[in-house]
Amino acid sequence: MAEAFEVGTAARVPLHGTVRDQADGSGPVTVPEFSIIPVRGLPIVAVLVAGLVAAIASNSLWGLTFFHVAGGGLWTSIDLFVGLAIGPILGRLSVQARTEFTVRFMPKMILIMPTLVAMTLGAGFQLARHLGNLNATYPHHNWLVASYVIVGIMTVIALGLLEPANLAVLFELKKPRPNGARIGRLMRVFIYTAGITGIMQIATIVIMTFLASR
Amino acid sequence: MNGRGGDALPELDEADRRQASLPPVARLATATLASIVVGGIYMASSYGRTVTLVPPLVLVAVAAAVLAVNVTLLARVNEFAWDSFFQVTGWALLAYCAIAGILEFVFIYDRTPANQLWLLTAMLVLFAVDIPLLLGFSVARWQPIHRADDSATMPTAQSG
Repeated sequence: MAEAFEVGTAARVPLHGTVRDQADGSGPVTVPEFSIIPVRGLPIVAVLVAGLVAAIASNSLWGLTFFHVAGGGLWTSIDLFVGLAIGPILGRLSVQARTEFTVRFMPKMILIMPTLVAMTLGAGFQLARHLGNLNATYPHHNWLVASYVIVGIMTVIALGLLEPANLAVLFELKKPRPNGARIGRLMRVFIYTAGITGIMQIATIVIMTFLASR
Repeated sequence: MNGRGGDALPELDEADRRQASLPPVARLATATLASIVVGGIYMASSYGRTVTLVPPLVLVAVAAAVLAVNVTLLARVNEFAWDSFFQVTGWALLAYCAIAGILEFVFIYDRTPANQLWLLTAMLVLFAVDIPLLLGFSVARWQPIHRADDSATMPTAQSG
């Protein structure tokens, strides 16, 4: 295995990667060295989770609103952006470019998305409880139940399809001979499910903005 | 690109050929997850009301039964990358136990009535076991199997 180099720059910059033949015979692909879990991001996750727990424990209305709105906004934006903007672009890239993007992008998603989901749902539930929106006597209770159903479907899609595909792609890329066809199939699952959850997020935005304006 | 539009189909590797013999672990794990989510939606939507807990209880029982069947089916598989499975499942178990722990903290902090709390705790336990199982399987199903005699045969084959 040869060391890979990034071309197109003034100097040849080592990527600390390896050239790997694809198992489906579609030619060699340079896979940069990568970590499946970006360890440097773990302290950020720990700080955010600690902040969420502190906001819940202190009954801070500002803290809960911050975590719910910031988390929900980012969750929605990332889902929509990945599904509707990144996805179609990725599909048109060369295998090499797709591989380089994937090994840098997907590990970050493993940390970012569960953190945002925990922030949004944890803070949202507490916020609704404080505001009295959870009670069945709340005039727009049916809208809230509709949002539960949407989030429930998104949870099943994200945990049942999207996250397993994400992890499987990364482990496939760690192999000496990654299977390009398999990576393509799994990436399609990832992109399509991100797109579906992104579109469902629009329904959540409609419901949440409706409830916030009442 | 997907091998159906006139492109040649990629050659199946050892992991592809193994798929047909594997039990439907991913589908069963998703069914367990769906049962837990539906039960959770029912309980959240009836917050602050006195309602029957029979529907979520049935859903928890179904989820537990499907999960037990899933674990049993997977445990009976011989040709499987168990090292990869336990590596991923172990770390995922740690992460999802932390998530379930935070949710449990919220339920206790909110002084959830005891009967509802037990049901929610059961859902969280099932959730914290089911997702790591699904993630571990999703990775390990595509990984090469390291057999006990590989270490003895590999160097000889390579040097030859």
